Amino acid sequence: MALHPQAEVESSSSNPPGLPPAPGWQGIASDWASDKEAFKQVPWGKAMMWIFLLSDTFIFTCFLTGYMSVRMTITSAWPNPSEVFALTIGGKEIPLILIAIMTFVLISSSGTMAMAVNFAYRRNRAKTTALMLATAALGVTFVGMQAFEWSKLIAEGVRPWGNPMGAAQFGASFFMITGFHGLHVSIGALYLSIVALKVWRGDYERSGNYQNVEIAGLYWHFVDLVWVFIFAFFYLW
Amino acid sequence: MAHAQGQQHPISLYLKIWGLLFVLSTLSYLVDYFHFHGYLRWSLIITFMLLKAGLIVSIFMHMAWERLAMVYAILVPPLCLLVLIGLMATEADYVFLSRVIFFGQ
Repeated sequence: MALHPQAEVESSSSNPPGLPPAPGWQGIASDWASDKEAFKQVPWGKAMMWIFLLSDTFIFTCFLTGYMSVRMTITSAWPNPSEVFALTIGGKEIPLILIAIMTFVLISSSGTMAMAVNFAYRRNRAKTTALMLATAALGVTFVGMQAFEWSKLIAEGVRPWGNPMGAAQFGASFFMITGFHGLHVSIGALYLSIVALKVWRGDYERSGNYQNVEIAGLYWHFVDLVWVFIFAFFYLW
Repeated sequence: MAHAQGQQHPISLYLKIWGLLFVLSTLSYLVDYFHFHGYLRWSLIITFMLLKAGLIVSIFMHMAWERLAMVYAILVPPLCLLVLIGLMATEADYVFLSRVIFFGQ
């Protein structure tokens, strides 16, 4: 491997003439970067968050496709989600009521987050912090309700390998999909709290750049977006 | 550098979208509450789902105001997933029948 002569001939255009390209990891980074910009006027942090969310889209779609595959091919009956997730309130059984409330909680958190981003760009630190913490609190509420739902189902005997209501794959799909989504909400609540703290401390005021709030917002809206699909395909179908 | 700050939209826009998302969620819940069945149920669920997803991505995530290069870089790759879903759905009949035969013996 004659690395040395070639490396010196193939001097990167981004380097000043006469200087050899940087070796090692620095070289890899500068070669790939090469002063090129694919997404004009899009801050790199935002582009990277979008690419992460794209990869997350693939993960969640694979889960939902796996769920679709078992549901279309099982020979035993799928439990009726409308009944499994019903709650008895005041002696009356209301179908899916907890899931509906969870949906509204998550949509509201998306609303407060969107306004937090707006106030961040107006440099209103107090309102941004308050709205972000409200978003995180709604997220924690959502996870709390999910924990209640999980314990209710576990108490009724639903396990990843079987359940008393019907097809054994119900538990596996349910715990896998809602568990992974709940993990995203939990991490999101932590993430938003950290960014809210930084807003409050004035970190972004000093750097003059409130993009991190918008980037955190992208993550949060994505979590809400995934729930839209889970709600439609797992709970309503 | 003051103009380099991010997008500015009136708060009322976000409140309107928030309201719309509430209405769409209520409608999709009512699909279950009133026990709609068959193709009516599925088409309503998918319609409300796509409308909600579209509003979140375009307005809340500001996709409507991004540059097209960025929009396509994010929105085109998931189309591969439709192929996966299509493959799994068309194969489902065959898997189901083999299971019926296997468990039937």
